[in-house]
Amino acid sequence: MSEIIVRSGGLYTTVQDIGRDGQYAIGMPPSGALDQYSYRVANLLVGNPDGAAALEATYIGPELEFTDDRRIAITGAEAPARINGEPVALWETLTVRAGDVLSFEMITSGARPYVAVSGGVAVPEYLGSRSTYTLTGIGGFQGRALRTDDRLPLGSPPISGPAPGTSVPAGLRLGLGGVAELRLVVGLCSYRLTPAALESFVDTEWKVTKDADRVGYRLRGGTIDFVDREPPFGAGSDPANVVDLGYPIGSVQIPGGNEPIVLLGDAVTGGGYATVGTVISVDRDRIAQARTGDRVSFTPVDVDAAISARRDRGIRLEKVRAAVS
Amino acid sequence: MAATGTDLPPARYEFGGDEFIFVELDQEMSLEANFKAMAITGALREQGIDGVIDICPSNASYMIRLDPDRLHPVELVDELRKLELNAGGLADDHTVATRIVDVPILFDDPWTRETLLRFRDNHQDPSGTDLEYAARINGFRGVPELIDSITGAPFIVTMLGFVPGLPFCYQMVPRERQIEVPKYVRPRTDTPERAFGYGGAFSVVYPVRGAGGYQLFGIAPAPVFDLAQTLPDFADHIAFPKPSDILHYRAIDRTEYDRIRAEVEAGTFRYRTAEVEFSPTAFLADPDGFNRNLLEVL
Repeated sequence: MSEIIVRSGGLYTTVQDIGRDGQYAIGMPPSGALDQYSYRVANLLVGNPDGAAALEATYIGPELEFTDDRRIAITGAEAPARINGEPVALWETLTVRAGDVLSFEMITSGARPYVAVSGGVAVPEYLGSRSTYTLTGIGGFQGRALRTDDRLPLGSPPISGPAPGTSVPAGLRLGLGGVAELRLVVGLCSYRLTPAALESFVDTEWKVTKDADRVGYRLRGGTIDFVDREPPFGAGSDPANVVDLGYPIGSVQIPGGNEPIVLLGDAVTGGGYATVGTVISVDRDRIAQARTGDRVSFTPVDVDAAISARRDRGIRLEKVRAAVS
Repeated sequence: MAATGTDLPPARYEFGGDEFIFVELDQEMSLEANFKAMAITGALREQGIDGVIDICPSNASYMIRLDPDRLHPVELVDELRKLELNAGGLADDHTVATRIVDVPILFDDPWTRETLLRFRDNHQDPSGTDLEYAARINGFRGVPELIDSITGAPFIVTMLGFVPGLPFCYQMVPRERQIEVPKYVRPRTDTPERAFGYGGAFSVVYPVRGAGGYQLFGIAPAPVFDLAQTLPDFADHIAFPKPSDILHYRAIDRTEYDRIRAEVEAGTFRYRTAEVEFSPTAFLADPDGFNRNLLEVL
């Protein structure tokens, strides 16, 4: 069977796809590529069907040896890559042959590069998905991040696909750098914040702390006041406490009033801290590319704006599909 | 549902971005709110609406995850409002077929003690342990009395979540006897696997090692989550607890803890369980009498 030999797993590289649906009620989040846009474009560049499993790296990319002829593509973070030591382009269809080695240099912008391989990473599906959820060791390659000497099985390459050298026009690549502006639907338990606190939450440029992973990002940069109240029965007495409830992916909670946490694909699915809004699905791609020390801000939008942003991303993906086929 | 006189306020509908709807049935916890969440989400499940991905009943609320490419969130809210009107009070003869489960707990164990001492900076009271803090703010004379109160009446599973298989459990006693504690000021980044925690009016057993914000009281020797599905109780599902399960926490000593751990390691451990018919009306009318009968079954 054809496979990839992992010479080095990098910092934290996992197998991910579009995610695992239908398990939220028992507390299992969808996981999946945090930056769905870059992940989907990578698959388009190698001619894979939607939903094929690819690799998501964090900060430091893996070193991979191929054992047969494949097409590959690297998207997402600006991660200078080399094949057998020769620099190669990102957001472009590349070819590799048996024995070729893909390696990465330090990321210059963004946090997460994606590597798609024609045929997809063919680890077994678990509950309908190949996504890794490391918190409980589910899915992907043995439920964990890649390590040296792992051997990743590959699927059969598609019969046709974009020719080598096909690249994604600059305007259709992910915008990186600067303050990531995250659109947020205010609500859930936002009644717990004073009007001034909500305003200050939106006016603050928040800094990504080192506690930022696939579960969620902890931010710092301001202090948020809660409305004084007699705590409702069952919530617990802290002002940030509510009776434990479900947490949407993308929802923002502010335990202690000074460290907002934005939940991502490996989210905890419920708990007892007041959530004050939800980052729209499209902008989870942006926060996924923010790294420790980067700045993010929140812009309130309504649910119609969230849906229209989602439609726009769909149109962009169709443009990519047209541009590479 | 007049037995405890809890009238629920009108439900509050909120959008969690474009993919989620959150419905709060009450800001405070009550079994009435939980039964209503179970009734509405059960009815929604039966409708089989295209575009609904996940239906998650919670303690006093529920949450839906949907695919907005197939179903507009505003349309779904209209449907949910109809269900809210139809799911009025519970019929007097309404019963739930469930099971009662014996859940051994080693209180004040060395592993959660080590963890809670490591995270004193995140806590309301850095000077003591979580058990001492909880006993004090709940007006108990000491830790033993708090433990007696936890083990004296069973808990019902009112929500699953946080991580796979984690049961939120609510004690089946009148409100004035409920134990209540705040969550940590800042959540911990580490919690031992199988830790027994308490937050708000809920107890939990953490399925896996990881973050957590509940006060740490002890540890369970038996898992609630078994990915490898080696134990017989997990043959059908990786998570053991189900909503509406009734759990009876039993205090054990270190010898029994070690014995159960050995059974778990050997793959022979089984939870002691009994099938029961749970009648919310009968329970709300006479909680203590109802619980006595329940525990006799076990």
